[in-house]
Amino acid sequence: MGHNSDNSEAEHVLLIGPGQTDSGPDGPLSRAGLFGVNVAKIEEFTVVHIKAELSEQDLTRLAKLVVDPVEQWWIPRSEHHPEGDQYTVIETGLRPGVTDREAAELIRASAELGITVEAASIGRRWVIHGEISEQNRDLLARRVLHNEVIERWSVGELPGAYTDPTAVGSDIDYLSITAADDEGLIALSKERRLGLDLSEMLAIKAWFVEQGREPSDAELEMLAQTWSEHCSHKTFRGTITTPDGVIDDLMKTYLRSVTEEMNAPWVHSAFVDNAGIVTFDDDFDLALKAETHNHPSALEPFGGSNTGVGGVVRDILGVSAKPIAITDILCFGPEDTDPASLPDGVLHPKRIRSGVIAGVGDYGNKIGVPNIAGAIIHDDTYTTTPLVFAGCIGLLPHDSNPTAAQPGDSIVVLGGAVGRDGVGGATFSSQSMGVETAEIAGSSVQIGDPVVEKGLIDIILEARDAGLYTAITDCGAGGLSSAVGEMAEELGARVDLTLVPRKYPGLSPWEVWLSEAQERMVLAVPDPEPLLELARRWQVDAAVIGTFTGDGQMVVVDGETPLIDLNTTFLHDGRPKAELVASTLEIERTDRQTPSFDHQEAALKLLAHPSIRSNESVIRTYDHEVMGGTLVRPYGGVEMDAPADGTVMIPPGTTGDRAMAIGIGVNVVQGRYDAGAMTMNIVDEAVRNVVVAGADPKQLSLLDNFAWGNPTDPDTLAKLVAACQACKEAALLYNAPFVSGKDSLYNEFVGPDGTKDPVTPTLIITAVGLVKDINNVPLTGVTKAGNDVWLVGPARGSLGGSHLDDVLGNDFGGELPTVGAEVLQRHYQLADAIAGGLVRSAHDIAEGGLSVAASEWALGGRLGLHLELEGSEDPEVLFGEGPARYLVEVSPADSEAFGQIVGSASKVGTITDEAAVRVGAAFELGLEDIHRAYTSQGAI
Amino acid sequence: MASKPTVLLPIAAGTNRNQDLADAFVAAGADVNQIPLQALRDGDAKLSDHQMLAIPGGFSYGDALGAGRLLALDLRTWFEDQLLAAAESGMPMFGVCNGFQALVASGLLPGETAPAASLAHNSNGNFECRWVELSPTDSQSPWLAEVDEPLWCPVAHGEGRFVASDIETVEELDLVALRYSSNGVQAVGEYPANPNGSVNDVAGITDSTGLVFGLMPHPENHIWARQNPLRGRSNRGTCLSLFESGVKATKG
Repeated sequence: MGHNSDNSEAEHVLLIGPGQTDSGPDGPLSRAGLFGVNVAKIEEFTVVHIKAELSEQDLTRLAKLVVDPVEQWWIPRSEHHPEGDQYTVIETGLRPGVTDREAAELIRASAELGITVEAASIGRRWVIHGEISEQNRDLLARRVLHNEVIERWSVGELPGAYTDPTAVGSDIDYLSITAADDEGLIALSKERRLGLDLSEMLAIKAWFVEQGREPSDAELEMLAQTWSEHCSHKTFRGTITTPDGVIDDLMKTYLRSVTEEMNAPWVHSAFVDNAGIVTFDDDFDLALKAETHNHPSALEPFGGSNTGVGGVVRDILGVSAKPIAITDILCFGPEDTDPASLPDGVLHPKRIRSGVIAGVGDYGNKIGVPNIAGAIIHDDTYTTTPLVFAGCIGLLPHDSNPTAAQPGDSIVVLGGAVGRDGVGGATFSSQSMGVETAEIAGSSVQIGDPVVEKGLIDIILEARDAGLYTAITDCGAGGLSSAVGEMAEELGARVDLTLVPRKYPGLSPWEVWLSEAQERMVLAVPDPEPLLELARRWQVDAAVIGTFTGDGQMVVVDGETPLIDLNTTFLHDGRPKAELVASTLEIERTDRQTPSFDHQEAALKLLAHPSIRSNESVIRTYDHEVMGGTLVRPYGGVEMDAPADGTVMIPPGTTGDRAMAIGIGVNVVQGRYDAGAMTMNIVDEAVRNVVVAGADPKQLSLLDNFAWGNPTDPDTLAKLVAACQACKEAALLYNAPFVSGKDSLYNEFVGPDGTKDPVTPTLIITAVGLVKDINNVPLTGVTKAGNDVWLVGPARGSLGGSHLDDVLGNDFGGELPTVGAEVLQRHYQLADAIAGGLVRSAHDIAEGGLSVAASEWALGGRLGLHLELEGSEDPEVLFGEGPARYLVEVSPADSEAFGQIVGSASKVGTITDEAAVRVGAAFELGLEDIHRAYTSQGAI
Repeated sequence: MASKPTVLLPIAAGTNRNQDLADAFVAAGADVNQIPLQALRDGDAKLSDHQMLAIPGGFSYGDALGAGRLLALDLRTWFEDQLLAAAESGMPMFGVCNGFQALVASGLLPGETAPAASLAHNSNGNFECRWVELSPTDSQSPWLAEVDEPLWCPVAHGEGRFVASDIETVEELDLVALRYSSNGVQAVGEYPANPNGSVNDVAGITDSTGLVFGLMPHPENHIWARQNPLRGRSNRGTCLSLFESGVKATKG
């Protein structure tokens, strides 16, 4: 580490100061403390590596690009001498080949200045002040300062991350399978992490025996990707033997065929494309989609959630719609998890949480799509298997999504170049995770580049309006293999990999074909020239990589060398149907025995429950205002800190008084006990949310997102079957069709000793409804003292599987709430009253029951409530949960009319100007206590 | 009636609030020409064919190397002559959020003769999206001619903390146009009224002519009453007056 090393081989290394110290709860100092490493101070500097021959003058000009003129300075790294006499220097940086936007921009900007820079890379220098043992230093580096999945670290100076410009990819490998026995086939599947079982390997073997040749590595990888759980939904489309008979295709039986039978006039497309499409108004449709991105988020929280958002936004682009709203539901383990209890390779829930939230915010903020709805849920099982659900809604003119590629159309790839990041993601996401996963699957994780995706949005909307393409799909899991493979299912295609843009040399042909490099779309284009010109104008990379042939063969060549030649029928229909077994689901609930407890204290604990408490500080880091259409925000009321139920947005570019409402239902506490009952209740929750938002409950569309454990376990599968059956029942009950969905299975962690830790069955229901007159949308939080309070639905709820029991720390038995046909009238009546302009504000009664709902609602208006219900002292009244219950504010002048329309409601009190919520004679909570509990970030 | 002035609204890679800003200027009575930066480089349009330059918000080049800095480099590298000519002719210029960052990084704000300024990371380290109040100062900028009450609109940025090498001089030159406030009272650095820790609560500044104006918050997101999150509770005015002021300052 000589002083002159920085400038040898024409490299300049700049260090930018002053050092940043983040002593906040997410900063390195606090996170070090979490691991029992206590030091005085941690400073963070930026290190910029520039590979170039530079004059002093040019170096100064380049430095101006990266150094703030008021607050920062720079010096050659070799001249950096930290203050004090007891310190340790650690440097971290990305691994070579990982997307580094900053470095790429530095190279581009240098060229703009007329300076040639061969390569650049940006890293961090951490100066740890105070005494630290070597062991703790390493612990700090490994668990706090860097993530080995995408980064490297060293004590002292770390060299720049440069890819080798002379690297050569390995040749095409041909794998001997035609003569392999069963054992050999399984060994091959394991060795290449294909995730294929014996029956699938045998089918592949048989096909190649018939062809009289061995498969190339790329052919085998393409089959594994196409047949993966992630891409082909093996389980949902498999044959399931249950004690009650055989189910052929869960998805078709309980979701898709139900939507088809219902034949709702507002549904234009369901389950067939990248997203469901439903009517918005006379001119426009909405495209709806929600996705999961769990495995990557566990390993690299920022990159995982970041690309999760990017992926679902591309799903919306994949039906030619303009992305207009993002949703996110995040599931984490307890924040007070003891770090010592975590298996190797598992990140602490706090670190996962801050990384995931930052990743979600970064992507949406940078592409300029508002994030307007979501939830954060906690459960012990999410510690080793965090869940990330990201949704997107798009807007498109009626009939504007072309879906018929023609023989002879060119295959055009728009967007980023291919790198090694994200190879094998589809097969990786389809398998259980274990202690070794982080090491092995590192390359499956991608880093997002939202600016490229913003360019894709601009160019695709313009290309759509100009009629430049005949079909489009996004490049997600499985990369080109999946995107081109799906588009070529009917036609066949021929691709030359030498035409695919690459970030750097050294990629093997199969890696180019399978790479999940982000921010790419594939289009079928009759005449590429106008599209390529558009791409140049929008500064988006574009390449013609082949043609759709019409001969039914999927052919890929690497220049002159054949790589893949598969029949598309075999590729898409050759997979043997998965055969699974589900057990009998036995749900036995003991009789309810509620212990005595302090009601006020329990209510405050509920308000501070990690799945109920305020997430305002999180959503403040998401742009929910861009596009200017947001009408009901996630948090509203006088101080804009009280939770809204559903959120409402006027889609930009539409005219009139219409808006869309989004509601989300999730309940992991119920999921622990009864997946079927949970499903019914969360569909009701999603419906309640959009009804309060002013939507018409007779024209709703639903999305499902399943995150389940290992479906080869018969008990786990039985719960999945129950949830699917309940989806059908709910869709029919509410006359609300499912239009799209996504299942994520194998969400379990296999510990070092082989024990399996599956997630609690988790289902997210998203309801999207239409607000037909924005002028009648109720406000968030009460508005005026003296107004009447009405309760829609019964005063008493159920305590079985309630959040009350969760804060009391035990399951005290009792049935979960049941959802029957009687709930429908309650939703419809309230919606009628809202449409009639009679409702000032409203709040649904959900987790925590009346006590939580009343508290949040009062907080929103900074006013009090005085409620008198029959049995006000009963826990079932204060804390019971159940479907179709609401608190509604009506002015006294409208009360009579309201009572006539909403026959299921009873007048239960008034809004007061006291700063307290009172229920009956015995229950009273002050607004300040409510606020303190609701905004607490931990146990109270 | 005279023909409407046309606002040139360039879109860089990563610009994203362009439509919001275009809608605001249209509502204020202007025509808007939204055009990709590359097309401007190609010569598809010239600044001199327009009556105003307005740079929208977003994340040009992903905020790589510092917010607005690479867009500023583009402005300096390719459009310096056009910008100087436009400034010479008295053309009003506007930058919001990322556009403001670019105007500052390029030196157009607070101007070559003023102390160096910059928009640094928010003091809480986070991107921040919330509604804020902005009180106009005594600035004589034509951009504030029609603004007679505090503005109420959202901020949405991670790098919006205004800093200057010599804030006293910036104040003496009357370059500060808008300050964060709460019910008409200056925020004096208090979060969340001052959402990013800007020195002297500076939310928006002008150059010495008052014609070049930039701010971090997004007045373009409060043009219609329904956008107000306190609708039904508090009837705060929209920010349309700001855009109308700018449009009035254009020369036919």
